[in-house]
Amino acid sequence: MEAMSAVIRASQLTKKFKNFTAVNNISFTVQQGGIFAFLGPNGAGKSTTIKMLTTLLRPTSGEIDIAGHNVLTEQDAARSSFGIVFQDPSLDDELTAYENMELHAVLYHLPRKDMKQRITELLTLVELESRRDSQVKTFSGGMKRRLEIARGLLHHPQVLFLDEPTIGLDTQTRNLLWDYVKKLNKSENMTIFLTTHYLEEAEMVADRIAIIDHGTIIASGTTAELLKQTKTKNLEAAYLSLTGKTLRDEEVSAREAFRMRARTRRMR
Amino acid sequence: MQEMYILWLRQIRRYTRSKSRIIGAIGQPLLFLLALGYGIGSIYQRAGGGNYIEFLVPGIIVQTTLFGAIFWGINVIWDKQFGFLKETLVAPVSRLRILSGSALGGATTTVFQAALVFVISFALGFRPTNWANVPLALLVVILFSFALACFGAGLAAIVSDFQGFQAINQFLIFPLYFLSSALFPIEYAPPVLKFIASVNPVSYTVDALRTLLVNQSHFGLGLDLLVLGITVVVLATFGVVCFKRIEA
Repeated sequence: MEAMSAVIRASQLTKKFKNFTAVNNISFTVQQGGIFAFLGPNGAGKSTTIKMLTTLLRPTSGEIDIAGHNVLTEQDAARSSFGIVFQDPSLDDELTAYENMELHAVLYHLPRKDMKQRITELLTLVELESRRDSQVKTFSGGMKRRLEIARGLLHHPQVLFLDEPTIGLDTQTRNLLWDYVKKLNKSENMTIFLTTHYLEEAEMVADRIAIIDHGTIIASGTTAELLKQTKTKNLEAAYLSLTGKTLRDEEVSAREAFRMRARTRRMR
Repeated sequence: MQEMYILWLRQIRRYTRSKSRIIGAIGQPLLFLLALGYGIGSIYQRAGGGNYIEFLVPGIIVQTTLFGAIFWGINVIWDKQFGFLKETLVAPVSRLRILSGSALGGATTTVFQAALVFVISFALGFRPTNWANVPLALLVVILFSFALACFGAGLAAIVSDFQGFQAINQFLIFPLYFLSSALFPIEYAPPVLKFIASVNPVSYTVDALRTLLVNQSHFGLGLDLLVLGITVVVLATFGVVCFKRIEA
């Protein structure tokens, strides 16, 4: 019965890059209407997994279903069923908030007649309606994030992926953002798949958590279950007891270093 | 079609909002036109070559499209680096449409710049010998721009950073331009240079424009258009193949 309501199902997912295995035979399901936090240290395989789930990377082997669509064989149907807020900003800075939304709406085949109203509705939800005709480059980091969330919701997705959505944001914006997310989860029964390095956030919003390290899922369950399993008092302690305290030095490619610089510059 | 239109529109919007880009992309060809046109023009005439501005303008128009398209490729790298590309890659739209819509946008801006250079050249005394040929010349510029835009996007897809792109610019685009018939008549060039320019597809586009605009032909218009056609097919295919393989 439980499997019936799974909206994301990944089975025996593996991704190899040359001789490095980034994700090693992982399987998991996310229930319809759940908030699922996918945690792990840098380089553990989080981003690779999200990229595979969202059709940006082809798995070396394994299967993924999103909202009943196989992401490899029914790519477009799967793509229409989820929205995503990427780790890095992915707006066009030169365009206005409205134009960014419009572009997304057309790419996702929203009917022209509903488009304007839907965009207005979502811009109002994220409190950007008054800035609809401003170029995105004039926005703060928090405003951009809100716009990206609004954009991700435009096409009524069943699943919303949030890849480290609060990175670089101030406490107020972070709280506001999670409030939206929880509200959406409740009101539209939207499934949320999130990653974050802020464990208190995961503890606060997620109903299920999976921890990935060295390409395999080393623990999963509710926060309570993880605390019980590790005999710890909060998620951060549980996480550290599972993943260890050594630092992870991710190999940073030139491209990522470049992006990182750009990101810090943009978030200012 | 709608998706391609909105991606095209995005390029146009970005272009019209960036005044510096318009001026920057016009600046280089203008500099060439002025410095070479006046600097070499008098010697060219004395050597019996005739009006150098007349000879040069088609070459400079090709220069504008060539570098304009490469500049546009940098925009695609920018999209890739700063994430906008991902927004299009996860959308339920085929890569072919994403590339075509965007490349058409890039080509449109390039054609506009070439047209601007064409108009500005009038101030230097340039006049096409037969206006009836101008529409066909425009078509040549459109095709060449589109092919190059596809090529630029394809390159951007396989090159990961600006430095790499810059290197390609230095080692591929500059030689393609300078070792073509754009700046000098190849019939008087030393044999090696003559050979290189004759196998360089850029020479044929230059020659087509030169034939159509000022009635000076080296290879013959038929051959020019044939080579242009092949160039378009090869570059567009390259663009599509590379773009389809992008993984973020």
